[in-house]
Amino acid sequence: MKAAVIVFPGSNCDRDLADAIAKVSGARPAMIWHRETELPDGLDLIAIPGGFSYGDYLRSGAMAARSPVMQAVVAAASQGRAVLGICNGFQVLTEAGLLPGALMRNAGLNFVCRPVALTVENNQSIFTSQYSAGESITIPVAHHDGNYVADAATLDRLEGEGRVALRYAEPVNGSARDIAGVLNDAGNVLGMMPHPERVIEAEQGGTDGRRMFEAALMALA
Amino acid sequence: MKAVVTVTLKNGVLDPQGRAIESALHGLGFAGVASARAGKIIELELADGTSRETVEAMAKQLLANTVIENFRIDMP
Repeated sequence: MKAAVIVFPGSNCDRDLADAIAKVSGARPAMIWHRETELPDGLDLIAIPGGFSYGDYLRSGAMAARSPVMQAVVAAASQGRAVLGICNGFQVLTEAGLLPGALMRNAGLNFVCRPVALTVENNQSIFTSQYSAGESITIPVAHHDGNYVADAATLDRLEGEGRVALRYAEPVNGSARDIAGVLNDAGNVLGMMPHPERVIEAEQGGTDGRRMFEAALMALA
Repeated sequence: MKAVVTVTLKNGVLDPQGRAIESALHGLGFAGVASARAGKIIELELADGTSRETVEAMAKQLLANTVIENFRIDMP
């Protein structure tokens, strides 16, 4: 699997994400700086990491979504390349228009940083095929702006089309309908607030994130 | 010339920061605060002759996230 991790000023989960991809796939992803205007040829997976790109100026993910490399990412996504955005990466994908909705300040105003229980709602996607439908998994979150917001019609459509990939199984941030991760309409782009790259081997205290990368490897390699 | 873009949350979008401000005002003893909404103001110093349409495009493409926010442009 040929993967790339996009790196913005202020990204801080880029190396964890690269390590997770490398450990599962056996190949180091390319690290792509935000000023690049082209992506390497033949990429299978583009991963957008967590962090605080551009210091969360204006809105979380807003500046990163307009950075040069994101035009190439949007083009690649529209050609069907797999794109995974985690935490700030999810915020960037919504700001770039690749995913619907927006991520607002947590309802409780606090930064939430702890393992949370999730339910796998859709196990048919590139990223979730190695989980069972309805399976309960535990993956840590670490965010201030994870409160997913969209209008009721959009939420209905996401649920009706099976595009809610992951839901919180406990109160976390006030997200509409407890949405923790959503897919685009073609199913090749997933944005999620929890950090699967932080739970890929037992030393990290859990392994529930590993199957996300294994699923991508199986689908894309 | 100057343009001022005021960005506010759409009605119906829950505003956690506004709520915290509201409850803090209550805590300070200010009675009669029914609600508070937080937004932001962006002041632009522009080349003379810049059109309102151009500023609107700036607001739509970057300054506001129209999924959750409205904007108002004030310019001469």
